[in-house]
Amino acid sequence: MKRAASLLLPLLLGLALLGLWEGVVAVRHIPPYVLPAPSAIARALIANFASLMLSLLSTLTVTLEGFAAALVAGVGLAIAFSQSRTLERMLYPYAVVLQVTPVVAIAPLILIWVGFERIDLALALIAALVAFFPILSNTTLGLKSADFHLIDLMRLYGASRWQILWRVRLPSALPYLLGAMKIAGGLSLIGAVVAEFVAGSGTATGLAWRIVEAGNRLEIATLFAALLLLALLGIALFAGFSLLEWALLRRWHESALRPQP
Amino acid sequence: MSLLALDRVAKRFDNGTEALKDLSFTVGQGEFVSLLGPSGCGKSTALRLIAGLASPDDGTLQWKDARPDLGFVFQEPTLMPWADALTNVRLPLDLQKIAHGEAEARAGNALARMGLASFARALPRELSGGMKMRVSIARALAARPRLLLMDEPFAALDEPSRQGLNDDLKRLAREDSITVIFVTHSVTEATYLSDRVLVMTPRPGRIKADIALPPGPRERLSPAFAQSQKRVADALLEPT
Repeated sequence: MKRAASLLLPLLLGLALLGLWEGVVAVRHIPPYVLPAPSAIARALIANFASLMLSLLSTLTVTLEGFAAALVAGVGLAIAFSQSRTLERMLYPYAVVLQVTPVVAIAPLILIWVGFERIDLALALIAALVAFFPILSNTTLGLKSADFHLIDLMRLYGASRWQILWRVRLPSALPYLLGAMKIAGGLSLIGAVVAEFVAGSGTATGLAWRIVEAGNRLEIATLFAALLLLALLGIALFAGFSLLEWALLRRWHESALRPQP
Repeated sequence: MSLLALDRVAKRFDNGTEALKDLSFTVGQGEFVSLLGPSGCGKSTALRLIAGLASPDDGTLQWKDARPDLGFVFQEPTLMPWADALTNVRLPLDLQKIAHGEAEARAGNALARMGLASFARALPRELSGGMKMRVSIARALAARPRLLLMDEPFAALDEPSRQGLNDDLKRLAREDSITVIFVTHSVTEATYLSDRVLVMTPRPGRIKADIALPPGPRERLSPAFAQSQKRVADALLEPT
């Protein structure tokens, strides 16, 4: 019953808000180039479905490529940090600098350095930059949070650093990494959108560029349709990573366990 | 010569706290020795030094021959929460690169000896506190140690679980001829389990009494046990 209510209530609220929106637009005669009605957005979505789907695929590809690169680099560097405090002290400040520098400011440089002829690589790189830090930071914390008695025990039984890493540190860091992946999934999408905005006309073909293009042409309903697809993509990424988290942690981790009645 | 001899061992923490000073004692082959003392007297630090997990700042720690194979049981069960009981018990065997089949058999046997044969596939979260501690002891025994170090392993358990584990530990240590160094702050537990009780002073810890207890079986409610318990308690409470 509670489960049905938790699904139904937000759905009902959403439908009510859409109805209100449709009504306000009709009653107040708001022009479609200012605020199109939901029905107009739906019509724009259907009319441009094929091209919007291609744009969605393009943005999704950039997002996933950026995410994968961030995952490999973030986890790799976190593992290196867990093995060498010197390396961590040396590199961590630069990772922080990268995190606090706005990606919009770095994006044009990356586009110039990588080149417009390899635009997909540049876009994925920007998406990766945005998603990288939460993965590095959380995984580093997770690798350090392993039960130190368990590590002592491994040492007592003659385990190598890599055996300790593989058998204790990495499984202990898994909940932290999965939490970071949920954040990084959304951030890589934001990175991909920012990158497409910066790349501009003639190169990017993703949803962000469709938003810019529709805005320039005052096709606000199409703009909203692209925006809706972006939001759905973000939700799908979050849901996918949440499902992965549940699948990997449900049997043993506190976060996935329900208290006994 | 004894299996292990500590001579005037000292240990100071990084924050300047003097944990141990002039700690000297010996442990004979096959003995069950308890280190008894107030909280914070350095009992666990002494155990870590013996295990080789820390080094003394002063004094010497000498083994009769080479350091024997060790088992360690912490105050907490210290299990891998993502792995079932059998995999947890198999851990030291896997690290010793023992063949999978043999490791499974030995781990299963160790679990059975601790009364957990039917819980081999249970995850730690599915076990009670006492059962988790039994898995932890099974893991230590599966590696067939010659010396078992135990750091207040039963401190967090209820009395029936604690007494049951005391009985099992005593039996298993005797069956396997294992030397045991057992850290506790319970006079009753130390008196029930040990051949000798080493009573420590408050920090910085050193031995203030070395009490040999009468050999043979012990009845918790017998007058002889009460007398031994009083000797140990008097030594613990005696001002230093």
